[in-house]
Amino acid sequence: MRREPPRTIGDYAPLVFPAIMLVVFFVIPFSTMIMVSFFRRDQAGFYTPDFTFDNYERFLSAFFGGVLGFSIMLAVMVAIVCVLIAFPFTWMLTRASRRVQVVWLVAILSVLSLSEVIIGFAWSTLFSRTAGITNLLVAVGLMSEARALLPGFGAVLTGMVYQALPYTILVLYPAIVRLDPTLIEAARTLGASPVRAFANVVVPALRNTIVATLIMVFVFALGSYLLPQILGRPQHWTLSVLITDQAIYQSNMPFAAAMAVFLVLMSLALVGLTLLVGGRREAQA
Amino acid sequence: MSGTVFRRVLFTVVGIFLAAPLVVVAGVSVNERQSLTFPPQGFSLSWYAQIFTDQSWRAALVNSLTLAATSAALAVIIALPLAWFLWRRIAPWANIFQLLGVAPFILPPVITALGFLTFWATVGAYGQAWTAAISHAIFFVTLPLVTLSLGFNSIDRSLVEAASTMGANDRTVLRTVVLPLILPYLVSGYAFVFVLSLNEYIVAYMTVGFTMETLPIKIFNALRYGYTPTMASVTIFFVAVAALVFGLIARFGDLPKLLGALSGDEK
Repeated sequence: MRREPPRTIGDYAPLVFPAIMLVVFFVIPFSTMIMVSFFRRDQAGFYTPDFTFDNYERFLSAFFGGVLGFSIMLAVMVAIVCVLIAFPFTWMLTRASRRVQVVWLVAILSVLSLSEVIIGFAWSTLFSRTAGITNLLVAVGLMSEARALLPGFGAVLTGMVYQALPYTILVLYPAIVRLDPTLIEAARTLGASPVRAFANVVVPALRNTIVATLIMVFVFALGSYLLPQILGRPQHWTLSVLITDQAIYQSNMPFAAAMAVFLVLMSLALVGLTLLVGGRREAQA
Repeated sequence: MSGTVFRRVLFTVVGIFLAAPLVVVAGVSVNERQSLTFPPQGFSLSWYAQIFTDQSWRAALVNSLTLAATSAALAVIIALPLAWFLWRRIAPWANIFQLLGVAPFILPPVITALGFLTFWATVGAYGQAWTAAISHAIFFVTLPLVTLSLGFNSIDRSLVEAASTMGANDRTVLRTVVLPLILPYLVSGYAFVFVLSLNEYIVAYMTVGFTMETLPIKIFNALRYGYTPTMASVTIFFVAVAALVFGLIARFGDLPKLLGALSGDEK
């Protein structure tokens, strides 16, 4: 059966239900949120309709600007660390036997499905004084006394890399596994060592994939909400934490919505910027 | 050869990193005393029993399972006709719906969650259990959409052509040829949503957080008031469920292919 353009009204029938669901429950909520970001806060209820830029102005204060800067810095670090680990790992994985690949993929999917809550709990246990890794170090004599490694920036970063790493591997997997093997064979025949073939053939061939993955992991990490709270101090809280705090605990929906809209714009801008830089480099090469 | 050594080292390091939290949590979960000590002292499965015997943990478990089952079913019902239409018809503008299906998953989750919160609050349905099911279905519809698109693209069109030359109409072709062929992709799409919904926190929290406790919400609330080893046993229980589901997919389907690799016969 070839693909055909729809001819009768009936041909559109399969589209009706998905279209209604996606418009009513995604497009409208998203638009509602944008609208609310211009509303005024109402102490009694949620908000009163209005058209004001107050919420945005308030957000552009030094404090929230600082939080935004920290969120972006943290997300960039997570993205870079994840790709640095995941790229060679995924490459090695695709060179392994099908059986080995399946076992790793099941393990990675299981870790990927872990809730942020559970990851936070697991790492807070691991970093704690009573049940943490420092006890192991004491046991083997590397440390004299167990101590807590949290709250702190290192703990937040570790937790977020843990959360994003399986995701990074799965995003890289399809592109790497489909890379034409003759490319590497050619490089090897010409005398390149495996490391050189990897650095001079594989990495450049997948440059676009790497850039795309960096962006996806960056946006993913930007959404991290619980880990900074469980593993960090208040100064390690991200914009996602503040958005939730405003929406749920301060009942200031318009302000929360304004921050969310700003977060979307920020991610889109950074994505666009990265694509632009990536595209220009591509053109030069 | 140095490449093999490097691979062993890298695999070991990544393996330890991914497994370390689970090893510690597993240890804590079988601790005999009600404290977080590692290595565990004594051995007891009572914390696992508590997931099922303690009223509040059991309620949270039931809530999570119900939510996961219904939202996964809804996500598949949304994704299937859309993926079918995109495969069957030439209508480039229809791709916008595919984009809409992927967007909630790509955006930082707090934004999708806040969108739902403002929406449900505005229409006055905030806190109802069914709103969480719809929200999760929309949030995760990407997954069946992706697996089903892969499934449709793997169908040999000449096979379908043959059926229709023999006189089968669209509906018969769909029922007897297409659906059996994409069933594995349908099942895996369902399973992906099920497992991720089971563990999802922020969307559930923003839609029903104060009226219905799912397991992740329950764990987070419990975290604030101090640790109980039940949290550890729930964690291990969840990982086991996920590993089981994905293990079954791998056993009965081609997992690398589902995740984007080419056909399994090549290696």
